[in-house]
Amino acid sequence: MSELRYREALNAALAEELARDERVVLMGEDIGVFGGSFKVTEGLLERFGERRVRDTPISENTIVGMGVGGAMTGLRPVVELMTINFSLLAFDQIVNHAAHIRYMFGGHVSVPLTIRMPQGAGHQLGPTHSHCLEAMFLHVPGLLVAVPATAADAKGLLKSAIRDENPVIFIEHESLYGVRGVVPEDPETLVPFGQARICREGTDVTIVGVSRMALTCERAAARLAREHEVQAEVIDPRTLRPLDLDTILDSVRKTNRCVVVEEGWPHGGVGANLAALIAEHAFDDLDAPVARVSGADVPMPYSKPLEDIAYPHEPQVMDAALATLGQTAGAA
Amino acid sequence: MTASLPEPEIAREWLASMTLIRRFEERAGEMYARAKIGGFLHLSIGEEATIVGSARALREQDYLISTYRSHGNAIARGTPPERVMAELFGRVGGCCGGHGGSMHMFDYERRFMGGYGIVGGNLPIGAGIGLASDYLGRDEVTLCAFGDGASNQGTFGETLNLAALWRLPVLFMVVNNQFGMGTSIERHSAVTDLQRKGESLGVPGTSCDGMDVLDTHRVVSETLQRVREERRPLLVEAITYRFRGHSMADPEEYRTKEEVAHWRERDPIPQFGALLEAEGMLDDAGRERIEREAQERVERAVAFAEESPFPAPESLYEDVYVLEGQVHGRYHQ
Repeated sequence: MSELRYREALNAALAEELARDERVVLMGEDIGVFGGSFKVTEGLLERFGERRVRDTPISENTIVGMGVGGAMTGLRPVVELMTINFSLLAFDQIVNHAAHIRYMFGGHVSVPLTIRMPQGAGHQLGPTHSHCLEAMFLHVPGLLVAVPATAADAKGLLKSAIRDENPVIFIEHESLYGVRGVVPEDPETLVPFGQARICREGTDVTIVGVSRMALTCERAAARLAREHEVQAEVIDPRTLRPLDLDTILDSVRKTNRCVVVEEGWPHGGVGANLAALIAEHAFDDLDAPVARVSGADVPMPYSKPLEDIAYPHEPQVMDAALATLGQTAGAA
Repeated sequence: MTASLPEPEIAREWLASMTLIRRFEERAGEMYARAKIGGFLHLSIGEEATIVGSARALREQDYLISTYRSHGNAIARGTPPERVMAELFGRVGGCCGGHGGSMHMFDYERRFMGGYGIVGGNLPIGAGIGLASDYLGRDEVTLCAFGDGASNQGTFGETLNLAALWRLPVLFMVVNNQFGMGTSIERHSAVTDLQRKGESLGVPGTSCDGMDVLDTHRVVSETLQRVREERRPLLVEAITYRFRGHSMADPEEYRTKEEVAHWRERDPIPQFGALLEAEGMLDDAGRERIEREAQERVERAVAFAEESPFPAPESLYEDVYVLEGQVHGRYHQ
């Protein structure tokens, strides 16, 4: 075990998988000479060479499409999109091609492609540079979607993603890159998809936190316990496709209350989907409607005080949890 | 410069392949009118010389990737017409099990990599296949076919630039049938001499007479040779024409009957047949046999398609994912 930053854990995963499998090839803008705009790929070009770590021009749709074609014919490409914002340029290749090729060609080919991208707001980058779009990818059959919140999960899930035969949307978070965590050193330690992590056990309310929000929810739960004697059970789903719904349902059956916390927009979001699933499967176990805490339904503003209230922080999570218990915080 | 004819057997095979594609496409049109085929149907009637001339320039290990107008590409590459017709009928015996339909044909075994409904969508994928060949140290090349309309899609510029930058072994073939759906080339492309369109991106081009299977074969063969030896992308513009509409749903109000009739005078199949006759490579009996065999093959294809069952409802969720890795089965979400 060692303590690594989230970005270092990703770097380790990439290095290990590059060393393990000759077919793994990295492609992305500024991942080589520059070391990656968030330094995730630092040192990899020097170690593995420009055949395997390729700087590309700014051509997101085509970079992803080349990953698709390469994956169909023997490679294991890992494409980096500098941020999730630019994935919008690549949606045709992601949805119509990466996600659909196996099915539409009758199962005669697979697309073992991993597409990595960070998301998130909080650095005043404004509307076109602050998206959280996991719900858009969750929507698409044919994709796998990972949203790791810890360094250990980032490493373990990225290794699983690269080794899997399906196309994976691997969503990192800009604000998590510097967060440290204990990370297994064993290169064969993988984290499976479809297995949620219970961050904190509790009996009063279930809080599901997506990506960075898992950490926000852990902090909120600590405050709920300290300040309100509410014991929240915090769940980090780690992957949205496949989703470990069973762990969430087991928790809801125990606590009878649920709050889903995400940074993305509310309508058609992860919480909207999860609330429907929980209502379908555990209606009789609910003592309150499933609550959603989400990013504000606006393009992300630049000005600091506006940005601060446009995505969730601990007080909003606490308020929502207490509301399901018929209480108020009076603090937020 | 005219190309020399290949050996008689080969030349007759080219004629037979073009004839088979023509008869297949005509029959598919009839089946569509009878509602045996649904959705969109894009026929390549008139483009047979481009299809066969380019396919015959490829070696077995080379890859071919095309557009939504690709029944002919699949058949020329060797996919049994039965499998193509069954796919059009949406049956289990189709090359994609009925999941893809007309626009999404595929035959991995014969290195026909699809079949794509999105205009320009296949270009990056073609370049990715070239990347794999190059990366894995294999000498195969990829022929990536697309239309004049696709030369305006963003992927054209992005892909040619990247292919040139990384010296990918891809031949980009612009099948210029003079129209992007209902918009003529003069109305959709500022530069109509499409062989030049990739120059500024690093991909020089030549053109060929896409109504002449001999010329198409010669130019594509020479270009493939260069791609193979120099390990870099090149472009070929095949100048051709589709005698039918963009799809079966097209009333063709954007062009005159005179224009179509003018191009029909250059129908690639009678044109090549006449050349073979003149060279003593084809007699009446031979011509009749080619015609009869094409008809019979197409009938067998229709019969096969009719008898092939529809996919069972239970199969709806098959092949969305590769199972037994991170996905273990159909899950409730």
